[in-house]
Amino acid sequence: MASDDVWILGIHMTKFGKHTDKDTVDLASEAAMAALADGGVTMKQMGVLAAGNLMNASGGIGQQLQKQVGQTGIPVYNVANACATGATALRVAYMAVKAGECDMGLAVGVEKLSGAGLLSGGARKDDGDTWTPSGRYGAVAAVDGRIGTETMPGVFAQVGMEYLHKNAYDGTSFELFARISEKNHAHSTLNPLAAYQKKFTVEEIMNDVMIAYPNTRPMCSANCDGAAAAVVVSDAKLKTLGPDQQRRAVKIAASVLTTDPWEEACQILPNVNSLTRLAANQAYEKAGIGPEDLDLVELHDCFATAELVHYDNLMLCPEGGAVDFFESGASWRDGKTPVNVSGGLESKGHPIAATGIANIWEVCHHLRGEAGDRQIEGARVGLAHVIGLGSACGVHILERAA
Amino acid sequence: MAKQIPLVDYLSLDGEPHLVANECTGCGARYFDRRNACASCSGTDFRKATIPTEGELRAFTIVSFAAPGIPVPFAAGVVDCGGTSVRANVINTDPDPDHVTLGMKVRLATYVVGADTEGTEAIGFGFEPLT
Ligand SMILES: [Zn+2]
Repeated sequence: MASDDVWILGIHMTKFGKHTDKDTVDLASEAAMAALADGGVTMKQMGVLAAGNLMNASGGIGQQLQKQVGQTGIPVYNVANACATGATALRVAYMAVKAGECDMGLAVGVEKLSGAGLLSGGARKDDGDTWTPSGRYGAVAAVDGRIGTETMPGVFAQVGMEYLHKNAYDGTSFELFARISEKNHAHSTLNPLAAYQKKFTVEEIMNDVMIAYPNTRPMCSANCDGAAAAVVVSDAKLKTLGPDQQRRAVKIAASVLTTDPWEEACQILPNVNSLTRLAANQAYEKAGIGPEDLDLVELHDCFATAELVHYDNLMLCPEGGAVDFFESGASWRDGKTPVNVSGGLESKGHPIAATGIANIWEVCHHLRGEAGDRQIEGARVGLAHVIGLGSACGVHILERAA
Repeated sequence: MAKQIPLVDYLSLDGEPHLVANECTGCGARYFDRRNACASCSGTDFRKATIPTEGELRAFTIVSFAAPGIPVPFAAGVVDCGGTSVRANVINTDPDPDHVTLGMKVRLATYVVGADTEGTEAIGFGFEPLT
């Protein structure tokens, strides 16, 4: 008898990095066709398409993609949800299948970012000839840089520093965050699809170009090009497919999307903690597992300072215990709860809308036992997390087919 | 003295410079920008609330790359002013981790951002070490 579970049938990520000879649609097509092939299905079998391309959110990437891979008349949902865009696309396809609207769907995220500078959190206003208050703060000139910072590296630097202050850390914060980055860069050497596969020493990381203290350049997510796509299928449909398709299918044990609940300081510094904790709680409950059951975690290390707080937000450690968790070696690939064995956003790269599907691809790759040199042996269950400022948080828990 | 205008409307230059928030009369949530309704309780009545000018630095970063016209490096942070969080730069001290530290006591200070073509000075604010 079929359950209402939804499964990942096929999934793919392109090489992340610089793709000078491919445009956005080329990358999206490559990921979509490979995900379909991986699942042993075709575009004609898809009942829904959800797609995201944040840097050109009004461009209708879903329809552009259809013109390359198959115009079958199905509904397209073009989604934009900051860095959670890919996870949102997957969740839209998941919900359509879960609701019984169709039995298979395709989700795609794609971005071309090579050469982009640092991303700002808000639009900048030019300084005019005479001071004229405008906007909701009645500002007469640009405030970014004059009243704190809206740049991503600066915002997430403060998020990490705030955590250390709150939990009375008395060590050297700069070095602590550099060592988190050291781990992810070391992990990336085993991932041929990562944009950068270069090991760094802690000293090299600390002596690199400072972007926003304590984040130096290797501690920031790498702007690059890339795409990822996934085919989801209903339990009933999966049961009609071949034995290999059933064996390689990965169960979506939980799919959760949250936004930030109101809190005192969230108007001042985006609170990336509460919505992640909220999403994790819901996901563990839906999946019927706890953080101790996870064999691997891909979390949103857009900056080294962010990774630390998410150990705590995802409850991989006791509350307030993220530093001890890291110091114990737990998040290294041979530790208790390997985190970002792909190399994370700092080395694998962060083509924004692709990220939320690419981290699920990484988890699926291990659960299927297909991760080669970087395989986490015997992985049965994993978690993928993304956060987009503004904010939106996606958490997916994935389980190997029994 | 040149005519002055605050960089943002929540900086009051009446008397000693201070910040003024829009406070929800229903739940006490404070906002520095204009709100259609309260994000905490959905109430629509607001009153003005004066923010204490002294506080503690709860988080900071030192930014090395910024928009044209913004001198770098500068220290940006979050100051807890008696329970109200304020975003601001840390000013009147060297922007390095020896001079800017978590938990340091700070107070509001103003400075001239620049003058427009009519000579009016825009006044910005930051927080300086309380020594
Ligand atoms: Zn209220």
